[in-house]
Amino acid sequence: MSRNLLEVKDLSVSYGGISAVKGISFEVPEGEVVTLIGANGAGKSSTLRSIVGLEKPAGGSIFFDGKELTTMGTEQLVTQGITLVPEGRRVFPNLSVLENLKIGAYQRKDSLEEDIQWIYGLFPRLQERSWQMAGTLSGGEQQMLAIGRALMSRPKMIMMDEPSLGLAPIVVQGVFDIIKEINKQGVTILLVEQNANMALKAAHHAYVMETGRITMSGTGKELAENEQVKAAYLGKTKKK
Amino acid sequence: MSLSVFFQHCLTGISLGGAYALIAIGYTMVYGILRLINFAHGDIFMVAGYFMIFATATFGWMAGIPIMLICTVLLGVVIEKAAYKPIRTAPRMSVMISAIGVSYLLQNLTTYLFTALPKPFPEIPFLKKIFQIGPVSASLVTFLTPVLTIVLVVILVYITNHTKIGMAMRAVSRDFETSRLMGIKINNVISITFVIGSFLAGVGSLLYFTDRMSVTPFSGSLPGLKCFVAAVIGGIGSVPGAVVGGFVIGICETFLIALGYSTFSDAFTFILLIIMLLFRPTGLFGEKMIDKV
Repeated sequence: MSRNLLEVKDLSVSYGGISAVKGISFEVPEGEVVTLIGANGAGKSSTLRSIVGLEKPAGGSIFFDGKELTTMGTEQLVTQGITLVPEGRRVFPNLSVLENLKIGAYQRKDSLEEDIQWIYGLFPRLQERSWQMAGTLSGGEQQMLAIGRALMSRPKMIMMDEPSLGLAPIVVQGVFDIIKEINKQGVTILLVEQNANMALKAAHHAYVMETGRITMSGTGKELAENEQVKAAYLGKTKKK
Repeated sequence: MSLSVFFQHCLTGISLGGAYALIAIGYTMVYGILRLINFAHGDIFMVAGYFMIFATATFGWMAGIPIMLICTVLLGVVIEKAAYKPIRTAPRMSVMISAIGVSYLLQNLTTYLFTALPKPFPEIPFLKKIFQIGPVSASLVTFLTPVLTIVLVVILVYITNHTKIGMAMRAVSRDFETSRLMGIKINNVISITFVIGSFLAGVGSLLYFTDRMSVTPFSGSLPGLKCFVAAVIGGIGSVPGAVVGGFVIGICETFLIALGYSTFSDAFTFILLIIMLLFRPTGLFGEKMIDKV
């Protein structure tokens, strides 16, 4: 059993009195892919945003690699080895593909050449477009760029907020292949998804979130076979 | 109008335009990052004139210039930290009202401290030396202003396009949150923007007041507004646009005065603004902001 890289304890988040996350706890063991699935408004994005300090949690604690994160500023997290691929990709449209990669390593002082080649190896399409403005890329290419940009900081853990959102099925398959690939290369992954089918196949561990609470957890396989999950998230009705 | 008179006016216009361009860059850069029209910018330019007067009186002009530039930069950064940063997350209108407040504060503070009487701007001997090129004659400052403007703009464009901090500035101008996720310290980037803007306003102030010879607490407000118009005409947010806008306004103004319409020249600037906003609201070089949903 490997140690837990991320530990979230009793986390709650609220927006002006309305609580979006109501005291959830979960762990992400080092080297694994963990997924958090759930419908719109379940509190998944709020959870990620409070881990990276973009929302201030109303309560609870977050530990990464043994260090408390809740007191840290968003700018410091990337140096701790944690990075977020935000929902909607959020590449910098006015920067070139190469600059978007370089800015992912903004806090690093050493040479980036090797890492850039590594990213280009993972995503050959980005190399072809390296001088193009990121705003001119297709949705799938922007998603690859957002993942590549996150990898440039050499993170211990990447969190991804709905990487499959708005992408064609064949592109989604590509994104999940990449997730498995970078996990194989030693990066821990916390994946937030609505596409439960794909996410559960990729994940070692999975948590189901509903209206701010974690209602189920287990291995990816267990949950994929769970009747309730099947009915609610996989669009399969119970066999009679 | 004879040819030599025409060239003479061209030169004067380009020189005035250069000073306008340097100030317009300050408006456009702050707008680019904060989406804020820094109405106090024209007054920073005016206070820079007073800094120059007092620094020169005490230390002579050679030490006076760097002292003036440092003080102007500090003023710009302090204004941002005191008046804009605390309300950065407030609606944009609040920040703009705060900027207008700072503008009036600077005007009235300088009136209180130095009276509203014009104070003579120090003469810098070498800038005032008269040069003759063919039929055109002018003081060195007239030749120097456009050259210095172009050099500073080239440096600025290099910084924004080819350095790490420039890359961070471009990123921050589009997306605060994602920039923070990348580990960029937003506050530092914003401070640097104000440092550059105020520095250029300081240089512009030196060149502008050397030609005009005196400073009053209100000598910043009209040039400030004109430079804001220059930034809008060029496309606010775009540095090359601000430069072109500055030159356009400087040259038009000079020729209107030369043709005898001096009372009309200021009105013309604002008519130009209205026409621009009606027919091309994004300015000459402004990009359309398309928000993808």
